[in-house]
Amino acid sequence: MSHNGDAVLDKTDWTVKLHGAARLVAGKEAGPGGPGRGNKMKRSSFGGRGDLIAARAIFCISTAGVIIMAFIIMFLVANGLPALRETPLHSILLGFDWYPTEEPPALGMLPLIAGTLAATLLSSLIGLPVALALAVFTAEIAPKKLREVFKMMMELLGFVPSIVLGFIGMQILAPALQNRFNIATGLNLLNASLLLGFLIIPVVASLSEEALSSVPRELRDASYALGATRWETISKVVVPGAKSGMISASLLGMMRSLGETMIVLMAAGGAAVLPKSIMDPIRPLTSTIAAEMGETPVGGVHYHALFFAGLILMVITLAINLLSMLVERRGAQK
Amino acid sequence: MKSVAARKFKDTLATWFFCAAEAALVLLIVCVAYFIFREGHGVLSWNFITEAPSDGMTSGGVFTPLIGTIQLVAVSMLAAIPIGVAAGLYFAEYSSGGRLADLLRLSIRSLAGVPSVIFGLFGLSLFVVFMHFGSCLLSAGLTLACLSLPLIVTASEQAFLAVPQDYRDASYALGATKWQTITRVVLPSAAPTIITGAILSIGRVAGETAPIMFTGAAYFAPDVAKSVFSQVMALPYHIYVLATSSTDVNATRPIQYGAIIVLLAFVLGVSAVGVAARAKLEARNGR
Repeated sequence: MSHNGDAVLDKTDWTVKLHGAARLVAGKEAGPGGPGRGNKMKRSSFGGRGDLIAARAIFCISTAGVIIMAFIIMFLVANGLPALRETPLHSILLGFDWYPTEEPPALGMLPLIAGTLAATLLSSLIGLPVALALAVFTAEIAPKKLREVFKMMMELLGFVPSIVLGFIGMQILAPALQNRFNIATGLNLLNASLLLGFLIIPVVASLSEEALSSVPRELRDASYALGATRWETISKVVVPGAKSGMISASLLGMMRSLGETMIVLMAAGGAAVLPKSIMDPIRPLTSTIAAEMGETPVGGVHYHALFFAGLILMVITLAINLLSMLVERRGAQK
Repeated sequence: MKSVAARKFKDTLATWFFCAAEAALVLLIVCVAYFIFREGHGVLSWNFITEAPSDGMTSGGVFTPLIGTIQLVAVSMLAAIPIGVAAGLYFAEYSSGGRLADLLRLSIRSLAGVPSVIFGLFGLSLFVVFMHFGSCLLSAGLTLACLSLPLIVTASEQAFLAVPQDYRDASYALGATKWQTITRVVLPSAAPTIITGAILSIGRVAGETAPIMFTGAAYFAPDVAKSVFSQVMALPYHIYVLATSSTDVNATRPIQYGAIIVLLAFVLGVSAVGVAARAKLEARNGR
């Protein structure tokens, strides 16, 4: 023990000396900002004034994320809340009629919110099982070479722009659904959910695959040593070990599908009514904003109502984001 | 206790199920890709790339939208890379943890989850209305920059963290200051990874439609934008316009698919370069 302690002490001592020496050299090089001033600086242990300025500048720039986030929330609130002057909160959240351009305007967003939730739920039901199965396959079953190919394929698939998927929904899937089920229009909840489900597969599969791969090798070896088959090892050892990572990945996937715009704009049909079956067209919050923002004058009731829709969307998204962070933290603590 | 045969059977069944799921997905992707190519390959030619859309977008090529997308990417990367790299630098080299760093991290992470259409609203209210830029290349580019910021911050932080501590120690031992160490040692060794991250975020930004719809994308523009204050056509929005408000469905159909192929080639090409470069870097660093 004592020997170990000595070694540590020795090392710290050496580091202190080294830094001291470095400070001296740096002081000479820095000229006017030299050695005398070095002691006054609290943050950087050595270096001239230039170093301090650089550190401060870097810090200021790194606050850009907070500033943008604050601006986003501020603009949503400042432009969204005036909608409440026109219509009280409960009739926005629970109203059935969305006729923002009528006189007087009806700003009931329940059909839009229901559309968003329905599409998110159905697409998660479609996409998440497939994504998780693919993650298990890639991490546990596929041979090493194939695994690299699949990981790369998943990643590239994640780059496919959502406009392309929306286009596929509109031009390929909609006519197919229309003929197959003999319905008035193929642009509906099912169509959009299939594509949203496809959209979230790459991101959920990649993140879950990472979670599965980070389960320690020893746990698998121990399971095999006890005589378990591969499926038993996967279902009873690996997946439980990666559970928090997989749940967090699924939540991120749901968040993607919730905030996706182009797919629902093109493939969901766009009728602002409560969906009664999966063959009904829907009009989620995102597509309402995208479709109507371009045609509305800045500062009108409609404009404010659309920002209010954005605010609702933002609140749901942030809630899911926080939830996924909580799940991750729980998993890390275990 | 179940019999060994039953357990083995279950294991084989599970293996086949997972293989079938993967195969089905691959098959689906191949089918869709083939279908798009079959519909669109007819119009693909060099002229399709170098000609502007004409006759109310029922003929011609995708020159103006393609250049517009490249311009948007350029503006957004010019804004996002310096800020993103600086923020990554702060997280990796300067931050010593604590509440403030947690807040900055939290905001970057939340930003990554903000729906793209919200970025559109944000760009509309900040750049177009509040700063009076109007609907133009600059507004749309800056909106996309905000959207790509989390990607670049994360990528550059990882890049800085991957630089071995020995490099920094050696630099300090030679008497370099922290800033000298960063600019002459850490940054050069992290640069390839940062560039890879930037390439990947180009792939992400180029396909975005919702953030530019009301911040600067033009329904139609006769010419390539010559200043940052003019509207631009962008390939993703052009596809949306072609698909939803075409005057002659039969004439535009092949052009739609052609534009999709060009967009996919651009986005996936750029992303593939990024992915391949990253794989090479990781192999070199022995990870």
